[in-house]
Amino acid sequence: MTTATQPPTLSVDDLRGSHARRRRELAIRLVFFAAAGLSVIISGLIVLSLIGEATNFITRVAPDALLDPAFFPQRELFGIPTLVVGTFIVALIGMAVATPLGLGAAIYLSEYAQPRVRKALKPVLEILAGIPSVVLGFFALTVISPQVVNPLCPGVTPLSNYAAAGLAVGILITPLVASVSEDAMYAVPRSLREASYGLGAKKRTTSIRIVVPAAVSGIVAALIIAFSRAIGETLIVAVASGATGGGRFTLDPCGPGQTMTAAMTSLAIGSDRPRGDSLAYPSLFFIGLLLFAMTLVLNIIGEAFVRRVRRAY
Amino acid sequence: MKAAIQHDATTEAVRRRLAGGRVDLASYLFQATLFLSLMAALGILVVLLVDVVGGALPVFAERGLDFLTAPTSSDAGQAGVAQGIFGSVVLTVVVAVLAMPIGVGAAIYLEEYATDTALTRFLNTLVRNLAGVPAIVYGLLGLAIFAQALGGLTGGRSLIAGALTLAVLVLPIVIITAAEALRAVPASIREAGFGVGATKWEVVRHHVLPYAAPGIFTGTILSLSRAFGETAPLLLVGAVTGGFLVRNAGVVEQLQGPYTALPTVIFSWTRLPDAGFRANTAAAIVVLLAVMLLVNATAIILRNRYDRRW
Repeated sequence: MTTATQPPTLSVDDLRGSHARRRRELAIRLVFFAAAGLSVIISGLIVLSLIGEATNFITRVAPDALLDPAFFPQRELFGIPTLVVGTFIVALIGMAVATPLGLGAAIYLSEYAQPRVRKALKPVLEILAGIPSVVLGFFALTVISPQVVNPLCPGVTPLSNYAAAGLAVGILITPLVASVSEDAMYAVPRSLREASYGLGAKKRTTSIRIVVPAAVSGIVAALIIAFSRAIGETLIVAVASGATGGGRFTLDPCGPGQTMTAAMTSLAIGSDRPRGDSLAYPSLFFIGLLLFAMTLVLNIIGEAFVRRVRRAY
Repeated sequence: MKAAIQHDATTEAVRRRLAGGRVDLASYLFQATLFLSLMAALGILVVLLVDVVGGALPVFAERGLDFLTAPTSSDAGQAGVAQGIFGSVVLTVVVAVLAMPIGVGAAIYLEEYATDTALTRFLNTLVRNLAGVPAIVYGLLGLAIFAQALGGLTGGRSLIAGALTLAVLVLPIVIITAAEALRAVPASIREAGFGVGATKWEVVRHHVLPYAAPGIFTGTILSLSRAFGETAPLLLVGAVTGGFLVRNAGVVEQLQGPYTALPTVIFSWTRLPDAGFRANTAAAIVVLLAVMLLVNATAIILRNRYDRRW
């Protein structure tokens, strides 16, 4: 056959190409691998930098100072529950704003809006999502607090309060909720909608009973990711929830109070001075570690929901 | 396609006949509510812009460009944002130089080189989770590592420490957006390259990257604009007390010196009770938003224009 007549010069090595070319390929591959591997180093550094000072804090702090119903680092009172509850008050007010607005906007864009309108408004939502939080902090302090919160709350409300910060956080995360859940609803196959119309269902029924349940994983993911953003949001609460230097335990949304990130900010601004002996500096890292753990758990759960959407269709 | 059915006159006529000629009020209310929530979300943006611009106009009318070129001052009538703008621009440039090549490189590895192994899945999960870490936690990383552990090199809470922190913050976002852009290039392009004997790198360099470039650039620009407006990590890695740039110093001294950034200036002015500074804050916000909205809008419009359907 032909194999017998062919000269036996062509080996596997010839097919591999030149040596120099293969060495260059390997070098390039290694460079890119190193770039990707850097994310492992960064994650390691985050955990390492947090854990070192956090353990320093937890071993030195008195247990009852940790559970005190107040957070005043200068007086060695580190009431962590005070901060966690404050964080949740702000985040829940934010979610109360962002969930109806974001989902309503998402259903409209995905189900009702004409393609041209949808194409024009999606980028506007993205731009809205890009507004820096320090701007919303200023807005909360100058507009939301005096003009929205003050009339709603009994008596004279202080300029800085949980409600103003929470509403501003809600504005911040609404575009995120809208954008992520709209993606999920838009991805629901058209055949499901047509089957629903075929049975005589109205557009409203189809949206609520068919599209929303089919996209529920994505919607839940959007809400979880938004909640995670809300508890990690820093500048709005640092500017608008007030209580520089510390705060007492409170459940009153009309009053000023401290959150985890606001406490970290005021510690950081003042932490130039007391190093060494003061527990204020390591407490910053302990709160940071707690916040990191909370958002990580939320993001992992959210991520799992996003993966379910991808698998479904 | 969906729209064609939605607005088909026949469908509409059949639906009306089926409803017995009655107007479905509840459906209209439902649609109106949805529309209102969308308008509320967008309307807040308008209210915010009107409020901020309204507060800023007197400052610009009175001082004009002087506000942009004046240094910070304790006197509201003289304080300007020159140092803030300079600091922010330098930060953004350093972040771009550091995060863009590393981020795109990592994305190329994850999308083009890596096979579906446990390690690859781990790296992907890690990158996605890093993108969700709150900015202030990156500030702690910067404080502990760049400002203190590497303080000898960076000069403590310095411009370069702040820039490194922001670079680490935007890196996962750059990786994710670049990876998305690479994923959008169809496999047939690569196969054509391999078919004529190109190596992996040659395929990536000459066939994949040119098609993915618009997506990669817009993604990177959006992440840089995020870095430009980010404040929380910078509060931890210096820059609150209104750093003054070292005049007549070399590049290294500048980078190791104290600094301030535009969002940091806004943050510290917001906390001042003085009415003059309130107007200044609004003016500084207008400068910040003008830069960011311009950059973001350009990036998004460019992306929509070069959005290629295969």
